[in-house]
Amino acid sequence: MLAYVLRRLISIPFLLLGVASVSFLLSQMTKGDPLAALVPERMMSNPEIVETVKAQWGLDQPLPIRYLRYLGNLVQGDLGTSFATRRPVATDIAERLPATLELVIAAMIIGTAMGLTLGLLSARFRGSAFDSIARIFALIGSSLPIFWSGLILLYVLSVRLAIVPGTGRLPPRIAPPPHHTGFYTVDALIAGDLSLFVQALTHLALPAFVLGWAVTGIITRLVRSSIVEGLSLDYARTARAKGAPERVVLVRHALPNALIPLLTILGFTFAYLITGAVLTEAIFSWPGIGSYAVRAAGALDYPAIGGVTIVGSVAFLLANLLTDIAYAWANPRIKVH
Amino acid sequence: MSAPLLSLKDLRIAFPDGDGGMAEGLRGVDLSLDPGEVLGIVGESGSGKSIAMMALLQLLPDSARVSGSARFKGQELIGMAGPRIRRIRGKSIGCIFQDPLSAFNPVLRIGDQVAEAILLHDSSRSRRDAMKAVEGLFERVAIPQPARRLRQYPHEFSGGMRQRAMIAMALANSPELLIADEPTTALDVTVQAQILDLLRDLRRDLGIGMVLITHDLGVVAGIADKIAVMYGGRIVERGATDPVFYETAHPYTAGLIGAVPDIEGTGALRQIEGTPPSIFTRPGGCSFHPRCTRAQAICAQEDPALAEVGNTDCACHFPLIATRTEVAE
Repeated sequence: MLAYVLRRLISIPFLLLGVASVSFLLSQMTKGDPLAALVPERMMSNPEIVETVKAQWGLDQPLPIRYLRYLGNLVQGDLGTSFATRRPVATDIAERLPATLELVIAAMIIGTAMGLTLGLLSARFRGSAFDSIARIFALIGSSLPIFWSGLILLYVLSVRLAIVPGTGRLPPRIAPPPHHTGFYTVDALIAGDLSLFVQALTHLALPAFVLGWAVTGIITRLVRSSIVEGLSLDYARTARAKGAPERVVLVRHALPNALIPLLTILGFTFAYLITGAVLTEAIFSWPGIGSYAVRAAGALDYPAIGGVTIVGSVAFLLANLLTDIAYAWANPRIKVH
Repeated sequence: MSAPLLSLKDLRIAFPDGDGGMAEGLRGVDLSLDPGEVLGIVGESGSGKSIAMMALLQLLPDSARVSGSARFKGQELIGMAGPRIRRIRGKSIGCIFQDPLSAFNPVLRIGDQVAEAILLHDSSRSRRDAMKAVEGLFERVAIPQPARRLRQYPHEFSGGMRQRAMIAMALANSPELLIADEPTTALDVTVQAQILDLLRDLRRDLGIGMVLITHDLGVVAGIADKIAVMYGGRIVERGATDPVFYETAHPYTAGLIGAVPDIEGTGALRQIEGTPPSIFTRPGGCSFHPRCTRAQAICAQEDPALAEVGNTDCACHFPLIATRTEVAE
């Protein structure tokens, strides 16, 4: 098992090399001119300034040189300097990543909890009114685009009903808790500040729900169908023949078997949530890497785009690795080598 | 004479045929079993032998319609309420299934699955106590190294060991009746013999009543006190084991006996031509007539009643032993 994990970890840098190369080359192929982001429009006519800026950012070098330089910097952990913020991309991302992770993890917890509960109950009471309602609820979540459901919920729950606070991670003019993990909820607890924790949590609740709702559908469907299938298998009959009530057959026998396919889906779900977070962050003014990426794309800020791509890839690869490890743990028939 | 352990009266099971109608899977079965007796139910797939036993434990799908009577120690099982039938399942009646790999939950340890049978019926026992009991059961069914084995998963057991574990699970609460549905079919021949030996020992030592369901007459020959041969959803011949074998009345039973390999025999195996009917396409009259070498015109029109012929009960217009009197019910 340990050898397997090590081998997978060793493969990650090579995969990242591929990701970095593709993202670099793609950005070179776009028609947009990064100079537009670097040089104010009225100075564009001044060839001297343009040349100076080009030299300063290394844009005067031929493509292969720029490519090798980029990779060389990457190996040293240098993601380049953002055209827009003029700060190292790595610093920008390190500052914003915890916000995104907090959002995605909360969404993951909400989506999985709702999906598991709805799936279990739908399987138990299949064909009932509850089954239909759960299916519709799940279907709406996965069909509505996040930018729409997010806006509507924000308008209704925050603006009209004032049940939840507005956008952002905390109310305006409230200082964030001292930095430990970058997760405001966790940091507030570490600082022992309960009212701050509640504020961070209520700010987190709506965006995390919107994002989690989007993946509830797929989880509900999967859990429901795996459990319905499990209930018809021989081992379920054996459990009933032992005298187990249906509730026990479902929870103790069918559910652990349903967790195996669920883990695979959760791996994909994580990737979906990372991309879904871009839209959610934009709507809820969430200062994570999603909104950073949106801004970077708009400004043709290539180093920032590349940085977000690489960080996203790392997150995705690690999530996949975790999925495989969890898979081996949940399924005793699998031995990883 | 003591009350029967199990008695079936006119047990009928129908399934929806997908066209809005119902197809009869079991067409009126009467059987009885005394405490400590072993009954072999023999038939090809589709004969209704398994569904009859699943019906008494209410383990058939909800779409199945069951009528008639099945009494276990005098209690009517058909239509019994859920909580009551659950106290009988696994407690008074234990079950062994055909494929011990799929019958165990693949992601739970064997020991936990066997212990569950104990804990479900006695919540006052601790898990540790139940595990000790499982170890004893494993010893009883001759699973070597029981303490180590009960921490393993089903896929780590061989087929024979899994079936032993399945038997241990069925015996966990010292049931009075053991229903074994094709317990040896999925196993190698040598392992089959070991499992049959084990069942014989249990019967001798525990005095447990058994219903042994199989398609193989050879399996029941050495263990059953009496045999019921089923075809097309009903019993075609029934009697004590010896007469069924040596004074066979029904041509179908004779065909089954002819299809059992004989170690001293030199001739080729005789097979029954054709395939058994499905419950949706059963022929009229005697359902065996299309495959029967003795069939005549009446066989296609009239389903013969089960009647005493010689020393067995037989449902045939032209039994191999030609003394036939109606059975007094």
